[in-house]
Amino acid sequence: MIDAIDYQLIAAVQAGLPIAARPYEVIGEKLAIAEQEVIERLARLKSQGLIKRWGVVVKHRALGYQANAMIVMNVPDERVGEIGALISLQPCVNLCYQRPRQGEVWPYSLYCMIHGKSREVVLEQWAELRHACQLTDYAYEVLFSRRCFKQRGAIYARNTAVREKSRAEHRQHSPVEFQNQSGFGLPAV
Amino acid sequence: MLAPLHKRLLNDYQQDFPLSPTPYRDIAEQLGVSEEEVLDAFYELSEQQMISRIGPVIAPNSIGSSALVAMAVPEADLARVAELVNAYPEVNHNYERENRFNLWFVAVADDEGHLYSVIADIEAKTGYKTMLLPMLADYFINLGFELNLHD
Repeated sequence: MIDAIDYQLIAAVQAGLPIAARPYEVIGEKLAIAEQEVIERLARLKSQGLIKRWGVVVKHRALGYQANAMIVMNVPDERVGEIGALISLQPCVNLCYQRPRQGEVWPYSLYCMIHGKSREVVLEQWAELRHACQLTDYAYEVLFSRRCFKQRGAIYARNTAVREKSRAEHRQHSPVEFQNQSGFGLPAV
Repeated sequence: MLAPLHKRLLNDYQQDFPLSPTPYRDIAEQLGVSEEEVLDAFYELSEQQMISRIGPVIAPNSIGSSALVAMAVPEADLARVAELVNAYPEVNHNYERENRFNLWFVAVADDEGHLYSVIADIEAKTGYKTMLLPMLADYFINLGFELNLHD
């Protein structure tokens, strides 16, 4: 699917394209490949869908979108797909996905985001969406964001030494399963 | 406030930034301005922190492994924990939200093993447990952002 050069290329562009007359040439020089190859590879990765979009990534908060809510809902498994598709059609929503419940501590299965310029508007949009998408029977929570501590592109490339080290550590400690539900918020023993 | 050129650059080039040897000149030609003006405007938008970058949005879980992670941190300790979390290059978004689970971040690594070790490390360094919420199904991720820049 993707080769080592693709991988290096993604690593090289993930922090952003240079603002310079020949930006792909600058990237090519870093990787010792031709400008045209950089362009062709990026175009291919985009047509393959690995690059979902290629373009300007805005900082929505700086542009006045300060009232941003993540809404979590407890939708039964058999309805998640149908309702997720329905929510995705609503113009006020720009993200919608299913994530695993975590028992009673976090019983929510479906997530969506509404970005807005005021809290009132976002809450109105949510009220409308809730009725339009047949969500009125399901428990939910609205999590407005407060501080943004970090926003930037994903960093995918790690060096091999770090990978090997982390693999070795993973064999000893795998925290992915949340087991101690009463332990939230308490210092780990 | 933003100049018309800046608004066009923010809004019109989120999905299809030109993949040509001279993308900024292509945009300049489309908008009827000079390449220099486009370069200057992007530079200003970047300097003013209005754009995060011009670059790729990678399809989730197509390369490596990622998860949304939530933590319930006492208010008084939140700034310290957020700073520790931010220090990881694997963490790309980190927000405080209004909830008992008040710290929410996305961690991305090149494989699951690395992701888990980062999360384990975060638990050990911060002293708090994490709740891992990997994506099960993606119904709609259009990370583009339609800006209403008229008001």
